[in-house]
This record gives sequence, structure tokens and C-alpha cells, in this order.
Amino acid sequence: MSATFLGMPAFPRNAARAVGDSQLRFNLRKATRTIRGRRAAMVGEVPGWEELRAAGRQIKDHTLRHLDRYLLQLEEAVARAGGRVHWAADADEANRIVAGLVEATGETSVVKVKSMATQEIGLNEALAARGITAYETDLAELIVQLGDDLPSHILVPAIHRNRAEIREIFREKMAEWGRPAPEDLTDEPRALAEAARLHLRERFLSTKVAVSGANFMIAETGTLVVLESEGNGRMCLTLPETLISVVGIEKLLPTWQDLEVFLQLLPRSSTGERMNPYTSTWTGASEGQEFHLVLLDNGRTRVLADEVGRQALRCIRCSACLNVCPVYERVGGHAYGSVYPGPIGAILTPQLRGTDSGASAPPGGMPASAAPAPGGRMPASATAVSRGRMPASATAVSRGRMPASATAVSRGRMPASATAELDASLPYASSLCGACYEVCPVAIDIPEVLVHLRAKAPHPRAERLAMRAAGWVLDRPVRLARAQRLSGRLRRFVPRRLPGPAAAWTDTRDIPDIPAESFRDWWDRTDGGTR
Amino acid sequence: MSSRDLILSRVRAAVAGAPDVPHTGPRAAPAAAGERTVELFAGRVADYRAVVHVVEPAEAAGAITAALARRAAERVVVPGGLPEEWAHAVRAHLGDGAVGDDPPLSAAELDAACGVVTGCAVGIAETGTIVLDTGPRQGRRALTLVPDYHLCLVRAGQIVPGVPEAVAALDPARPLTWISGPSATSDIELDRVEGVHGPRTLEVVVVR
Ligand code: SF4
Repeated sequence: MSATFLGMPAFPRNAARAVGDSQLRFNLRKATRTIRGRRAAMVGEVPGWEELRAAGRQIKDHTLRHLDRYLLQLEEAVARAGGRVHWAADADEANRIVAGLVEATGETSVVKVKSMATQEIGLNEALAARGITAYETDLAELIVQLGDDLPSHILVPAIHRNRAEIREIFREKMAEWGRPAPEDLTDEPRALAEAARLHLRERFLSTKVAVSGANFMIAETGTLVVLESEGNGRMCLTLPETLISVVGIEKLLPTWQDLEVFLQLLPRSSTGERMNPYTSTWTGASEGQEFHLVLLDNGRTRVLADEVGRQALRCIRCSACLNVCPVYERVGGHAYGSVYPGPIGAILTPQLRGTDSGASAPPGGMPASAAPAPGGRMPASATAVSRGRMPASATAVSRGRMPASATAVSRGRMPASATAELDASLPYASSLCGACYEVCPVAIDIPEVLVHLRAKAPHPRAERLAMRAAGWVLDRPVRLARAQRLSGRLRRFVPRRLPGPAAAWTDTRDIPDIPAESFRDWWDRTDGGTR
Repeated sequence: MSSRDLILSRVRAAVAGAPDVPHTGPRAAPAAAGERTVELFAGRVADYRAVVHVVEPAEAAGAITAALARRAAERVVVPGGLPEEWAHAVRAHLGDGAVGDDPPLSAAELDAACGVVTGCAVGIAETGTIVLDTGPRQGRRALTLVPDYHLCLVRAGQIVPGVPEAVAALDPARPLTWISGPSATSDIELDRVEGVHGPRTLEVVVVR
């Protein structure tokens, strides 16, 4: 990664590249607008939405306050129902536990249900290093995995891809992973979904081990809950003989009845539906299956210790805050350099990694290194590197789609200092407009946490200098008029990049085109547009 | 120190001194099952682009036969405990094509079946959701997952007004599957498309 300029944070650099990608911007705008409209309609339909939201917030706060008690209750309930509970203090430990459990079954492949927690800990890479192939089964995850790409949205990880791109990925890559795409595949969403169905069918029916996450865990009963749409979740949860679920400790709810609140809040907030197509709940070992629950800390207790920041642990990963965020809509998910993008990522990532105060990542945070796999079938990301092809990060950058730094961070290949720099910049990835707070079903005051984290992060010097210069010009109308006319005449000579310390400013922002005539001059000349 | 003890001690240190937050009591008053519950349920199921029929009890068997004929289904799974009248309708129509799950069918056998006919545990009017709990009339979870067509019979008395009533009525010790329309995805440009891995066609017969 290139040297940093004046300590300018990484997010702005990533964002500048992403904003320059018009296909990405178009895909994002189209998708987020669709989903915003649907969410608004579904939320508007519920008369007591605000009460529901308050209840969601309170249940979560209560659970977090008594998390130790509820974790013990959960452990006992899962064990009583025939499941085994494992505790993982950090990513490495969770990966070791899961790999060990898979090895104990004698299998060398697993099917996976989309799970943020397993992405956070880099499970697929860790399994590959031990010769175990993890097959993603969620359509969007499949697109990401086949395309040797990175997720860019919590709910729809391939939101940055349009149908034509998805068709190309399927045609080029499906054969490498299993059943090839049909010869005559079109870019009709229905045809693409059908291709995914055929591609994964045999895999579902024959794979003996599955790895999942969970949306909720019920302390009282030991029940786990997974919401999904496609049925790949049901396939993974139902058919394999062994099920391993990796779940963050903050996913707890005290009682079974609490689920009524979250089963109303989540589907309407996330996919904008009254209910998602499938929700599965199971308690311990079901229908003769072997069940393991891996409880994951990996920085969560650090977040819990921050009085202001701990509200981020209420998050139910609905992604509503991403879909309304003007910054996210323009830059996309990759610029955030984490599996948690958007407003929630801006507050969660630095806290989870423990880099919110600019310190380097401690061992308990997200992984700092993912060892390359020595052998066995490896996921695309690892194979690309070991075969000596261009690594994913380079390919993606050359496509202009992803910044190298983002790739490196979420793959965990970035040095801790660079991670810290990126994380320190994340709290600035917001205009503090407050839209994220408005839509959050558990009322996380994201702007409040952003401001709190900004106070802890180091401030870039160039930004302060530029602000001071701007203040001097904008302060005096005469100076402003003169400066505007001057810049209008000289605009052909304006570089895309400002010289000196201000370069850092333009490295991260596009200089708007300078109009030939200033607004004030135009107003005088045309009498407010009437002449 | 074990990781278990480490995590628990980190949690205790993190929340030490934080103010207590009470666990809220039950929220909105449970809605009463109204006259319109059946119509609301049928309408909401249809919103997911599932096929819905509302019939009188005497018409249930005929509705099953008609649905299977429309589907041109030849091999259909019939779980144990399906009411004899419904199971008989399937057998009368398909003969040997009506297969039971005792001994359990293999995944490949399920994949080879055209569909499955089941009852359910609960229906939710507000969201158009059917909940299965692997009890009688439903069978194990794979039966309603692998075949591409699911014909589900819901008795009017099983329909509750909303999600809170459903949660209260269900037993978490049983594995539950909440089904709202056919399998779908929004992963391509956030547009909903029906039909990925679960049954691509869901047909619901509501029996008054
Ligand atoms: S912060 Fe709130 S709105 Fe954003 S994903 Fe989490 S729960 Fe949803």
C-alpha cells in the first residue's frame, strides 16, 4: 500500500476511487432506492412502530447489562437440549475450534449460510489453511465467492454487481467450483437464481457439515434463530449431520417471547417485507443432528466497556442504515474496509478492532493475518494468490471497483498500523445527517457514537489548514467575489490536485468544476434569471 | 483461565457500575382474532405470490386433487399424521405416487419427488406466514424443503392475528420453520425473485 500523505485517513482515499466508478454508483443508487421505498411502506403499515422500536432497544440494553447471566443461562439450556457450547475469546480461537470440529467429522468440505460473524473472523481462509473448503450458499455470497470479490453490504453482499456482471461471473467461474452455468444463461434474475439452484443442489444433498451464524439466541430456551430468504439456510440447517453455529455473544435475547418484537422489527427494516420467506429456529440437537455453538467475543466485550459506544451491540444487522446513508450510496461498501460497512460499520469496526483511539490492533481484534493455505482445495481468494495469478486485491483495483486497502483489511493482510489509520478515519465517513438513527429498528444513535469516536481519533492536519483558508475567503464578500472571478478565468488551469499540504484534501475530494461565471455575477447580470 | 471464564470476566468488568435497564414487559396488547382474520391471512399469503384458496371443509379433498392435477404431480410425499381425508385424496389421485416417509426417505428420494402435502402448526394473518413445527400432519423439516412444490393446508382455527400470538402459541423445543411465500431472493439488484433453493411454488388451502 502506498505511503500515506500527512496522515490523511484511508476512508476518504477509498471513497474517492469508488465515487469515480459510475457503474458502481448506478448499481448502488438503484438498489438502495428500491429498498428504501419498500422499507418505508412496510414500517408505515405498523401502527405501534415507535413502541416496538423502543421495546427492541430496551430488551437489548437489558440483555447487554446482564450479559454474563444470560450467557450462562444459554449455555445450560443448549447443553440440556443436547448441543455443545464452545467459547472463543478471539477470531483465532473461534477458527481453531471450528476447524477442529470439522476435522473430527473426517470431512473436508462444509456448506455455509451467510454469516457476518464468520466473515469477521476470516473463517473461510482459516479453514482453507487446514485443507477444508467452505462453500458459500447464499446467492449474493456465491456471487462474491465466485467473483473472488468482497462483500459490500450486510444483507446483499453483491449489491455492487448488476445482473450483467453476475451473469458473466457465473459463466466464467461456476465450472471451477462445481456444476457449470447453463450454456444459454441470460441475465434475467430468474435465470440467474435458477443457475444458482442447479449449481448448489447436489452440494446441499451430499455435504455432511454446515456452518452458520444466527440472528438471535434465546437464553431461556437455548434456541437459535436464523432469518433468510432463499432456502439455502434451511438446507444447511436441516440436511447435514453436523451443524456448527458461530455467534457473537451480543446476539442474545432473554426470553422466547422477546422474539415477537424482533421478528416484527427485522424483516420490515431489512428486506422491506412483512416477513422474510424463511425463519428457522432450533434448540440444541434437532432431528438427530450433532450441534455445536461457538460463542464469539472477538472485541465485543471491549465495545461493551464503552459507555457511549456499547449501543452498537444492539445492532440486529438489518442494513437499513446503509440503505439510507448518502455517503454509503455514493461510495459503496468496500471503502469501509471491513465486513461491516456503512454507518454501523463506521462505529462498529474501529471499536471491535480496538483501534478507535488510533492504537494498533491488539490480538483480540479482527485477524491481522490469514496464513496462505499449504494445500487442499482453497477458496478462490486463496487459490488466486497461490497459483501466482494476480491477487484479488490487485484485480479488483484494476477493475476500478475496490480500493486495495479495503481488500487488504478485510482479508486481514494489512499491517496493524494501516488498519488503525483506516479505522481512525471511519468515524468521518458520515455527514452526521442522522438518517441512520431515524431508521434504526433498535434506535442506535449512530451520529452520537460517531462524534464520540471522532473525539478519540487523531485529526488530519491538512483538513484543518484547508478549513482555515476557506474560512478566510468565505468570510468577506469582496474577497469571495474576487476569488470567484479569478478562479473563473483561471479554471482551465486548475489541476485536479491542489499543491502542497492541500493535496491531501484533493486526494480525497473531487474538486467541483468551477463555473465560468459566479452565481453572484450571474444573478446581477440576469436580475435573478429574469433577463 | 479458560476462554469461558475470560469472556465472562470481561463482560462483568465492562458493565460494572452501568445503570440497570429493566426487561420490558409484554408490549402491544394481543390482537383479537377477528371476523376478517381468514381473509387477511389469505390476502397476505397471496401478496408473496403464493397460490391461495379458501374452501369449506367439505371441499378440502377436492381442492387437493385439483391442485395436484394442475401441477401434473406424479410423486408426492405424504407425511405421517396427515388427516385421513386429505391423505386419501392424495392416494386416490396418485395411487403409488403417494409416498410416505416411514422409513425416512433419502435426500435423493425427496429430490425426486414432485411435491409434498402437509398441514401446519400456526398461520399468522398479519404477515401471511405459515409455521411448521414437525408435528403430526407436517413431518420432519426436509420434507417441505427439498421437493419443489409445497401444498399446505391451514385450518381457519389455526390462524392467529399477529406475530406475538404466534410466538406465544409455539413450542421452542421443537424445530420451527416459518414460511412466508415461496423461496425468494433479493440479491440481484434488490429485486425480489421467487424461487431459489426452497420450494419454488407454495400453494395454500385455507379450510374454514
Ligand atoms: S445499526 Fe441499526 S439500522 Fe444499522 S444495521 Fe444495525 S440495527 Fe440496522
